[in-house]
Amino acid sequence: MTPLAQETDLYRADFEALAARRASAEPGWLARRREEAMGRFEKRGFPTTRDEEWRFTSVAPIARTAFRRPVPGPGVRGRAADVAALSLDHVFDGRQIVFVDGRHAPGLSSIEAEDGLEIRSLADVLARQPDRLEPHLGRLAGGRSSSFADLNAAFVEDGAFVSIPPGLVTDRPIHLVFLSSGAGTPDPVVSHSRTLVLAGRASQATIVESYAGVPGAAYFTNAVTEIAVEDGAVVDHYKLQRESEAAFHVATTAVVQARSSRFSSHSFALGAGLARNDVRQLFAGEGGECVLNGLFAVAGDQHTDSHTFIDHAHPHCTSRELYRGILDGRARGVFVGRILVREGAQKTDAHQTNKNLLLSREALVDSVPQLEILASDVKCKHGSTTGQLDPSALFYLRSRGIPEAAARGMLVSAFAGDVTGRVRVPALRAGLERHLRERLPGLQDRDMQEAVL
Amino acid sequence: MLEIRGLHASVNGQEILKGVDLSVKAGEIHAIMGPNGSGKSTLAHVIAGRPGYQVTAGSVVYKGRDLLAMPPEERARQGVFLAFQYPVEIPGVSNVYFLKAALNAIRKHRGQSELDAMDFLSLVKEKAQLVDIDESLVKRPVNEGFSGGEKKRNEIFQMAILDPELAVLDETDSGLDIDALRVVAAGVNQLRDPGRAMVLVTHYQRLLDYVVPDFVHVLVEGRIVKSGDKELARDLEARGYEWLEAPAPAARS
Repeated sequence: MTPLAQETDLYRADFEALAARRASAEPGWLARRREEAMGRFEKRGFPTTRDEEWRFTSVAPIARTAFRRPVPGPGVRGRAADVAALSLDHVFDGRQIVFVDGRHAPGLSSIEAEDGLEIRSLADVLARQPDRLEPHLGRLAGGRSSSFADLNAAFVEDGAFVSIPPGLVTDRPIHLVFLSSGAGTPDPVVSHSRTLVLAGRASQATIVESYAGVPGAAYFTNAVTEIAVEDGAVVDHYKLQRESEAAFHVATTAVVQARSSRFSSHSFALGAGLARNDVRQLFAGEGGECVLNGLFAVAGDQHTDSHTFIDHAHPHCTSRELYRGILDGRARGVFVGRILVREGAQKTDAHQTNKNLLLSREALVDSVPQLEILASDVKCKHGSTTGQLDPSALFYLRSRGIPEAAARGMLVSAFAGDVTGRVRVPALRAGLERHLRERLPGLQDRDMQEAVL
Repeated sequence: MLEIRGLHASVNGQEILKGVDLSVKAGEIHAIMGPNGSGKSTLAHVIAGRPGYQVTAGSVVYKGRDLLAMPPEERARQGVFLAFQYPVEIPGVSNVYFLKAALNAIRKHRGQSELDAMDFLSLVKEKAQLVDIDESLVKRPVNEGFSGGEKKRNEIFQMAILDPELAVLDETDSGLDIDALRVVAAGVNQLRDPGRAMVLVTHYQRLLDYVVPDFVHVLVEGRIVKSGDKELARDLEARGYEWLEAPAPAARS
């Protein structure tokens, strides 16, 4: 038996066991989609660095670990303190749905009704109104989904379901919390959470996804988020990944934008030992606007990989992309940003920038901007730079009396500030800045903190 | 206040300073003049402690202590200030708040109480008037998008805030039109103080029409070849540097 067969066999056995245990019969379409996804996963197996899409990131540590699906139980309770820490000063009260090890935790959630806005668990919708999911679930992620997205589709049981009815403009951000307890079984657990966001015509909402784990816990988060932005809708999406440094995090956010819609994504990859985040966007109509911002900040032996894909399939769409990376220790970062301007997508306006800051000799980053233009009348540009802290700036600050560590902290924090400064949820921005500061030893003094804009 | 003896310094293995002697007392203004490449800026940077400048021989004693043994931030806290020839743009770092942090680091070192935001902002108002710099400008990110003249004025503004005992101005006059030069010179004159020494590094005599030095030194090929009073600057203006360019044994001030 080849190693590949062993890796997928484990998941096949689990898949069969799960199907047998499932209490109520699922709709035929769902069972079929699961089986198809499982079949694709078995056929392809886990990706290797020979796959173009994975050439900088080896997932061998994930493939060779026998993860178990979490057993619902006491692990779920007693995590209120962890959730409180994530809920950022209660600004999300009334708009917060919490999942522990991939399962909805109603006791930790807090949801107030508002004008047809739905914030529910996907399991609840699957049980009671599965027909509502059929047009969307697994459809937005598209046919070129990764092995990990297939695995998620085969095992999906729960996650967040957010539906913003047409015309509803809701100011208060919606917080989706995915917490891993690291408890339940002696083996590391995997959760295949799935989030579906449906933003109706001319609606407006802000969604924050937080992923975190109990420090030191080893587990695997395999998440998929699908977002449908209907005509004229506006969605601001934030993803804050602060998994345990012993954890694996693989996630895809798939977005389809209808005519004249606006979507922004702000992705913060700070945690996990091995992380891979894909944002796959499609303009499915004219006149759309898309902003993809990202910051990855890693140290020690962390590895973080950000892939983005912007698909200009229709004319008169605008995209702006800014990713910044900060790497210390022996950390490794990857940015691969692909922009495709399809034939006929005239008047496309696309900018992409990736800037990386290396804080140690051992840190490493691979940056691959890719612009493919098949239309003739477009405005596109991209750029990528990787460097170290500017010694002149460092000396300038020190020559005024700022200690070296604080001067470094200010410059690193200012570098990150170009991305964190674009966060429009104040509590989230403050939480991010606090997180980054805690990792910059020179910035503990308040005077030094204030210097960073 | 400052005693430089037999100073030799190299940058990237190339010797730039070849035995500089200079003695500066509190309250004095010294001008260091010299042709391009003579080592004027290197001397300024060695005093401020810029990494990458190796001192291979000699000593720099400041207020009785070995200045060369201190990291740059320690020198600043001891009262040394360098006005940069090319002030650095630092996006994302606030000019005034970084100055507040710097001033409080210096005050803490001196055993003085730290200034709160209110006290600091009134100090900013006062000193901004002194160098005729727009208050909104000094609140922007450090030097970002500043014109050449604004950058130089910001240096004098920072000097006024930090209140140093030894200020080294590295070609603060270069690249300024006459109006900006007058503003900068007026700021420098206002900061003349019996307790403060200043070293003006300049290529041209022009600044010295406005800021009258007590001593003028000519640096050529890494050595001070001639010292005198302000009349020496006028001679240099009339005759150029050529008549001095065969380095004589190092002269003392």
